[in-house]
Amino acid sequence: MSSPTTATRPSLISRAVTRFDWRSNVIYIAFVVVFILFAIFLSSDGFLSTNNMLNIVRQTATISIMAVAMTFVIATAEIDLSVGSIAGLASVVTAMATTQWGLVPGILAGLLSGAAIGAINGGLVALLKVPSFLVTLGMLGLAAGLAQWITASAPQPIGNTVYVQIFGGGDFGPIPGLLVWTVVAVAIGWIAMNRTSFGRRVLATGGNPTAAAYTGIRTARIKFTVLLLSGIAAAIAGMLYAGRLESGRFQWGQGDELTVIAAVILGGTSLFGGRGAIIGTLVGSLFMGLINNGLILAGLDVAQQSVVRGAIIIAAVALSRKK
Amino acid sequence: MRGIVKSFGPVEVLKSVDMDIVAGEVHALAGENGAGKSTLMKVLQGVHPITSGTIEVAGQPVAIRTTADAERAGIGMVFQEFSLIPSMTVAQNIFLNRELRGKSGLVDDRAAEKAAREIFDGLGVTIDPKARVETLGTAYWQLVEIAKALAKNASVLVMDEPTASLAKHEVENLFELIDKLKSRGIAIVYISHRMDEIRRVADRITVLRDGRVVLAAEVAQLTAAEIIEAIIGRRLASDLVYRDRQLLADAPILLEATNIGSGRVLKSVSLTIRAGEIVGLAGLMGSGRTEFARVVAGMDRPTRGTLSIDGKLVRFSTPLAAQQAGIALIPEDRRDQGLVLDHSVSDNLTLPVLDRVKSGAFLSMTKLRELTNQLVTRFGVKVADPYAPVSRLSGGNQQKVVVAKWINTRPRLLVMDEPTSGVDIGTKTEILDIVREFASEGNAVLFISSELPELLAVADRIIVFREGRSDRALNRDDVASEEQLQLIIQGEAA
Repeated sequence: MSSPTTATRPSLISRAVTRFDWRSNVIYIAFVVVFILFAIFLSSDGFLSTNNMLNIVRQTATISIMAVAMTFVIATAEIDLSVGSIAGLASVVTAMATTQWGLVPGILAGLLSGAAIGAINGGLVALLKVPSFLVTLGMLGLAAGLAQWITASAPQPIGNTVYVQIFGGGDFGPIPGLLVWTVVAVAIGWIAMNRTSFGRRVLATGGNPTAAAYTGIRTARIKFTVLLLSGIAAAIAGMLYAGRLESGRFQWGQGDELTVIAAVILGGTSLFGGRGAIIGTLVGSLFMGLINNGLILAGLDVAQQSVVRGAIIIAAVALSRKK
Repeated sequence: MRGIVKSFGPVEVLKSVDMDIVAGEVHALAGENGAGKSTLMKVLQGVHPITSGTIEVAGQPVAIRTTADAERAGIGMVFQEFSLIPSMTVAQNIFLNRELRGKSGLVDDRAAEKAAREIFDGLGVTIDPKARVETLGTAYWQLVEIAKALAKNASVLVMDEPTASLAKHEVENLFELIDKLKSRGIAIVYISHRMDEIRRVADRITVLRDGRVVLAAEVAQLTAAEIIEAIIGRRLASDLVYRDRQLLADAPILLEATNIGSGRVLKSVSLTIRAGEIVGLAGLMGSGRTEFARVVAGMDRPTRGTLSIDGKLVRFSTPLAAQQAGIALIPEDRRDQGLVLDHSVSDNLTLPVLDRVKSGAFLSMTKLRELTNQLVTRFGVKVADPYAPVSRLSGGNQQKVVVAKWINTRPRLLVMDEPTSGVDIGTKTEILDIVREFASEGNAVLFISSELPELLAVADRIIVFREGRSDRALNRDDVASEEQLQLIIQGEAA
């Protein structure tokens, strides 16, 4: 090879552009663009204030935690539609149990409710091979109904101040507790996805189930585990709702499943499995919170917010489909 | 392996198979589709446990019930359908489910990459362990599979049709690699039906037919003809012969393709098909045969070139438009693309022609039944109950249903993509007869096949595809033997 290779090689920039993976990175661009737009147009409404920034984090914590677990579910090419309802159920279970038996039993009861429903979801998917879409769609209604039934639709106040301190009501110095919860969830999720064999098995199960099985991975067990974890994460989210709002209500978390799934997909995780981006999921969740926050500050009413939010999600997902 | 028997329900697929594999040898395993090769290998690999018989590795009897058992026994597989996770890196795939861990107990990708690089260095190949598998070409996938098996300290490596998707020079590289593995004392079970490869690479051969061993010997002491005879059996060999059909040289041109290109694979294909003609498409996997069929059938739109039917330019925007122009496609994967498996034979047969079995606005059950009976009889579909799911039929009968379904739409051009894959030889000859008869009625057939004997048996002309182009057009008389055609396909013959 006598001819210089530099002559034919495209410049570093153009190579970076052509190599750029739209699908997995569009969320970062969208986040920055929307953030700058809001900063310009809503600065007079206090968008950029520290308080408002922390508010976004507080309001997104529950979504982020459920989305981290959902990333594992979607990476195995499954789905969990029941997370919002599980959150609602866990919020009332933990509130009632705390009032009745005290702090620790209250916490355990909340976690247990999520774990139980997650295990049922996972068991039906793994053992009976029922599609997770159907199982969790049914569970969405079942868990929501259960939460409403056992409380007779009444809110369940939480008087326990320690509970409120731990689950989202309190701060660690200047740092809101909900921020800590988010950071911990994302850190655990990232390590589990990228640095443990469990994460590898999840990605392999979603990426090529046959090959995964031939490699000796028990794919049914993986599917069970991710749905169980998703249930537990949803329960934690519900307990955080209960702590932040000092009561358990069956309405908490209602409709969150859509926000959570949108956040995960926006973050670059493939709906077809085999890819799971935890950091992308975090940014996706923050993006959803950012839009909510900005639209409220802009003075849009609930109906208008809903329309604009829907349009932005569709646009972002469409962009991320571009190859 | 001694007296291996494997039954699926009442069906005995393997009937007492014996096979000895010696360290450092390449042992070819040959046989027709359905002879039991794949089942035997799945037994070895732990996917299907054996019904009876014994397997010994290095003198010790082993029970192989799961893939983990097979791994422990030192048996590694290089699959025909590659078994890697496309979205993961090379190193992650090699160490999947046996991840290397750092001090913290967390997965250590760097260590895996280093180990992978060492394996590749030992094999004398360069692959970036950090590259995602989906970004690599298929030849590299295979190398990754081999590395994956070696990383598990495999002493027996089973390769299933390892050259099926390789180009000529890649095959040579693979053979060099096999020689290297041999010298390390690794035994290789080489499944193939390419005679030249077996003779080039294998030391010994075992031939299976109908689940039994019909030949086990040193390759050097056998002629190619002896091996082929063992594989297909003397009686059946005569069924796959070309029958001269009356062809009119001035028959009108039905389809003409000029410089057709589409997508990444298909570059430039030009060919003509006359009425009454069966044109065979030969070529390696990935040479663009299926892609061309998809363009002709209206599934993909060509990005270059033109297509004309009866001398008139056509541009199909949908498969329906192609069907209306008289083109029917019998797709490659009958279970996925050709049939609604859970539906009945009758439903499948009548699906494209529902308009013909109506009375008024509604489907006429009487007409449906008549048409079903007529088709089942005419095409010799062996079916106990035409209203039972088509999934209960054998592969060959399923394929007959697909063929019947499409011929019944009265197309003028039938495009068949690997129509006899997974079909037993008896049904195969029946399908070839149907094709011949269909063409003799003044229709045309585009017949895609990787199985050269049947291609040579049925095609009046053969177009050889290479790298997305129509490379050569051969009259049937120009091809003297299967070997010659194979050489042309591989790009070795003038």
